[in-house]
Amino acid sequence: MIEHVPNEYGRFGDFGGKFVPETLMLPLEEIEAELDKALADESFKQEYIRILQHYSGRPTPLTFASNLTQRLGGAKIYLKREDLNHTGAHKINNAIGQALLAKRMGKKKLIAETGAGQHGVAAATVAAHFGMDCIVFMGEEDMKRQELNVFRMKLLGAEVVPVSSGNRTLKDATNEAIRYWVAHCDDHFYMIGSVVGPHPYPKMVREFQRVIGDEAKEQFLAREGKLPDVIVACVGGGSNAIGMFYPFLQDDVRLVGVEAAGKGIDTPHHAATITKGTKGVIHGAMTYLLQDEYGQILEPYSISAGLDYPGVGPEHAYLASIGRVCYESATDEEAIAAFQLLAQTEGIIPAIESAHAVAKAVELARRMPTDETVLICLSGRGDKDVQTMMRYLGAKEGEDIAAVR
Amino acid sequence: MPLSVNPPLFIPFIVAGDPTPAVTIDLALALEEAGADILELGVPYSDPLADGPTIQRAAARALDGGMTLPKAIQLIGEMRKKGVNIPIILFTYYNPVLQLGEESFFALAQENGADGVLIPDLPFEESGPLRELSERFDIPLISLVAPTSKQRIERIASAAQGFLYCVSSLGVTGVRETLPETLGDFLREVKRHSRVPVAVGFGVSAPEQVAMLKEVCDGVVVGSALVQKVEQLAPRLQALDERGAAVAEFAAYARSLAAPLREPCSSR
Repeated sequence: MIEHVPNEYGRFGDFGGKFVPETLMLPLEEIEAELDKALADESFKQEYIRILQHYSGRPTPLTFASNLTQRLGGAKIYLKREDLNHTGAHKINNAIGQALLAKRMGKKKLIAETGAGQHGVAAATVAAHFGMDCIVFMGEEDMKRQELNVFRMKLLGAEVVPVSSGNRTLKDATNEAIRYWVAHCDDHFYMIGSVVGPHPYPKMVREFQRVIGDEAKEQFLAREGKLPDVIVACVGGGSNAIGMFYPFLQDDVRLVGVEAAGKGIDTPHHAATITKGTKGVIHGAMTYLLQDEYGQILEPYSISAGLDYPGVGPEHAYLASIGRVCYESATDEEAIAAFQLLAQTEGIIPAIESAHAVAKAVELARRMPTDETVLICLSGRGDKDVQTMMRYLGAKEGEDIAAVR
Repeated sequence: MPLSVNPPLFIPFIVAGDPTPAVTIDLALALEEAGADILELGVPYSDPLADGPTIQRAAARALDGGMTLPKAIQLIGEMRKKGVNIPIILFTYYNPVLQLGEESFFALAQENGADGVLIPDLPFEESGPLRELSERFDIPLISLVAPTSKQRIERIASAAQGFLYCVSSLGVTGVRETLPETLGDFLREVKRHSRVPVAVGFGVSAPEQVAMLKEVCDGVVVGSALVQKVEQLAPRLQALDERGAAVAEFAAYARSLAAPLREPCSSR
């Protein structure tokens, strides 16, 4: 039995909490109080659902991947199609929820951080929709990797601030966003993009993402008459994964989170936080993180800008610590192969993030009996990653890219 | 509590190992000579949420040179041997303390003659276990209050040890040309609740600001302005034949910042 988390201190077992400069304690308390009121307010929930349905396109479909299933010859594979959301990923669910909360609190200026750009695009989108200002912090390296999303954010009217510290990726963008928030917390709402950060963010983002699992559960039962045997989702910060897993935590379903193993978990070039990290504090929460023996945070690596984060949501750390969710990892290479496999068997181009989940699911499904089922959270679509794929595959010139299995 | 100091307090901040550990010791000696009442020694951290670009850069320089939390604490021991007598407060983020082990951290701090600890990302609510250790080792855990603290001021101030650190304005550390107009009211409110001296920091960077602040509080912390000076002087501080002159220039700058505190108070 999973205990009710988080508790009043924002703790998921040993994890979570609020480790932030004193200046941010009041803004966090204000958000916490308003969130609790909003979640208990039927009209708030209805407004959130209404926007998800009429603006974002929910419910997203549950797709049976028949060709892929046939190709592998094992368990039946289903995809929860978060890629079919407006703006192309699950990130919009959370952005809509937080924008509604910001509106309730009378804030008209949003701050966001982004790695792959999907959260930045979602934040910029809801800012435009609700008539708010939006400033997005993004690492310079990620801006290069995700040019298309940078341009999308600008088209949507957001200001994109390049971050040049550290590895110039998501971790650094998050530092900068928090620092900016410390200076502007009186009139800005900080919209965190994953289940990370100080309490109440991990809980809030989970509440706005659980729609994925709630819907999937209903759809799956309707289609198969039972729950899936295995559910697989990718984990960077872990918002699509927690959104998918949360409604299934009390059920007899095997849950698998997939972290980015980059060039391999035995090299220094990965982002496998739970697999290889240790307990510590990052961005306001106690969780597992990649750090050296002196507590300096290490730079993570993944081909996917969305998984390139040295920490992980504290609820995932908790679920790993009690053994409820199994966290594994997939390398860049495995993710790329899975990306191509899904594209070529199903005509669906996944985000490279989601391709990590596909890679692990393929491995599992192959070995499972044909009457069992695997559900993959397809967190986003891969349009943004086409250039990355071109560069990656271009570098392997001469290889037959179609022959990936 | 052993951190017994009498206002008005001049509390300079430098980063351990910026640009080198040896220079840090010289700078500490120079600051004591220049009239520092307490030295705040910053432990470099990779992801400093409460700091602005100046201190972030200094931290990066020190980390490149191999500085760590244990080495920074040991640097205090070295300073003691070289004759630094004023109280020294360690300014460190929480994660390095966790990795060293909270108890080992205090033991090492005690062994090396540290007089206080300040952890900017450990708010009151999360500080319980560390506060107990700080009492056991008799090394005060310095509390911070911010302009947003509001109803929290009373609770934080009542538990304050050593001195109470007031954050001048919203935002991270860094030189500010102007301090908020409401700062005086905020400081008076804090002083009403505090049993220990109230020092203000974040943004204090000019003698005129120090002069203004001494009317409303018991001391000032000057960080980024001094760290910026170290950055400017870094090449000379690292050249053996120029170090003496560069340290003297640094000391003169520190003295100019402290000077307004040493003049008789007009309206206290």
